[in-house]
Amino acid sequence: MPGATLAATSETRLRHPARDLVVPGLIFAALALLPLAAALSAEQYLIDLAGRVMIFAVAAVALDLLVGYCGLISFGHAAFIGIGAYAAGILSAQGIGDALVALPAAVIASMLFAWGTGIICLRTRGAYFIMITLAFGQMVYFIATSLALYGGDNGLTIAARDTIAGFALLKSDRAFYYVTLGCLLATYLFSRALVASRFGRVLRGGRENATRMATIGFDVQRFRLIAYVISGGLGGLSGFLLANSTEFVSPAYMSWQRSGELIVMVILGGVGTLDGAIIGSAAYLLSEEWLSGMIENWKVVFGPLLVLVVLFARGGLIGLSSQLWRRFGHA
Amino acid sequence: MPDPVLRLQGLQKHFGSMAVTDDVTLDVMPGETHAIIGPNGAGKTTLINQLSGLIAPDAGRILFDGADITNLPPQARALHGLARSFQITSILPGFPVVENVALAVQARAGSSLRFFGRAADEAALNRPALAALEQTGIADRAHVRAGELSHGEKRALEFAIALAMEPKLLLLDEPMAGIGREETERLVELLGRLKKRFTVILVEHDMAAVFALADRISVLIGGRILMTGAPEAVRADPQVIAAYLGEQVE
Repeated sequence: MPGATLAATSETRLRHPARDLVVPGLIFAALALLPLAAALSAEQYLIDLAGRVMIFAVAAVALDLLVGYCGLISFGHAAFIGIGAYAAGILSAQGIGDALVALPAAVIASMLFAWGTGIICLRTRGAYFIMITLAFGQMVYFIATSLALYGGDNGLTIAARDTIAGFALLKSDRAFYYVTLGCLLATYLFSRALVASRFGRVLRGGRENATRMATIGFDVQRFRLIAYVISGGLGGLSGFLLANSTEFVSPAYMSWQRSGELIVMVILGGVGTLDGAIIGSAAYLLSEEWLSGMIENWKVVFGPLLVLVVLFARGGLIGLSSQLWRRFGHA
Repeated sequence: MPDPVLRLQGLQKHFGSMAVTDDVTLDVMPGETHAIIGPNGAGKTTLINQLSGLIAPDAGRILFDGADITNLPPQARALHGLARSFQITSILPGFPVVENVALAVQARAGSSLRFFGRAADEAALNRPALAALEQTGIADRAHVRAGELSHGEKRALEFAIALAMEPKLLLLDEPMAGIGREETERLVELLGRLKKRFTVILVEHDMAAVFALADRISVLIGGRILMTGAPEAVRADPQVIAAYLGEQVE
């Protein structure tokens, strides 16, 4: 009976039914409740920190679409954050400080850059892809440092956060926090749907066996380019949020170290899970925050920790948690 | 006489100074199962790879179903109706068996720029996929991860993927390679059923399978076609026996 067998199909796809609902549920509930809890103690500090986590989580989820679902390790993803941030910053400097213009501009500028560079980058594979995305990332970085009109090396201070249709709705940190949360939630749900869709299945198939996909009739590179453009656009969204959050734009947003950090976030959390990208960016930024408070050279501690995670927790923190779940919860 | 489905004209391919495909001219007629046999290194897989578009010939033309496909990429040839299986099975091991086939259905359906809706749950894609699995006898394994199938089952899966493409021509590259005796018998029986509905090019070392299935045979030696003819004629040809079959018959 087809009906029964089709139901079974979706069962086999849901390898971790608990994880698919519980983990994102917990993440977003915690993020939504955080400002309420924070009101009792160090509100500003916690909201700033969690907001930062969410902004980078948007970019990390976008990167996971490429790393985890296309097998493309982009080492230039900070460029998209930078382009989004500079789009917002430059528009604001020109007196166009409204999100209805700045947000689409940030996303579209990043998508255009992704399209133009993606056509070239996707001609290469493996280590060459990493190198060429890095090269394009550095190119944008140096362009930004030479924008004398917009601060050059020193960056560009934004007078005020963007308005929305003329209303200063983002002025309050708490309102901005929830807008950021909404953006992360939208990014996450969109990405979740994307990877399960027909389009996403072609991406996943191409990661497993591109030759097979070609011989059944898919132009895998075309699908990868579209994914690259989508991922770039989401990076631009992250940059728009970052510029508005800090009210400052700097070339440092798109340094290659930042691109590396994004990859670390994705790997740390668990490649190809989307949840992992959010958890990874939280884990990375919180470690940075707390370890750097305790130890001056915090990376000396963080580096070995990362090696341990990669060696012993296959599938990152997400993989580790489901291993523990199996061992202790459901033996 | 009907037009050939596939027509190779003066196909040439050199790797360095070595001619691996040397002036191959060949017609494959609709409905026939055309076997290509020859010793290792005769250039059989290279020839198949040129047919499916994975490597480009240096010279010559490939006409398929009336169109010149010599310069088309593999995906365009696939959509034209050219399906292939691989000597070393080529599947998506991490995907459920049914999704391996459903992807082929999806490629034909053409609308893969859908960003929403779970593809795995689409009955319109899964139903033809299950039908193809039914025909190759592994429908009961539809929801297993494809990587967990046995060798012979993976072959059957490759055939199901090819069937789901509703091809005009099936290219089978050594389907019996690395498969146990019992499973070989089952695959020969399966191909015996499939060959009635498709035009097939069969590259194979297992002579029992070739003589059981082929309508015509081309013998490829050193990149050149030594002869093309009916199985009896090929079996009796002294040149072929000397060059290839002699060692096989013992």
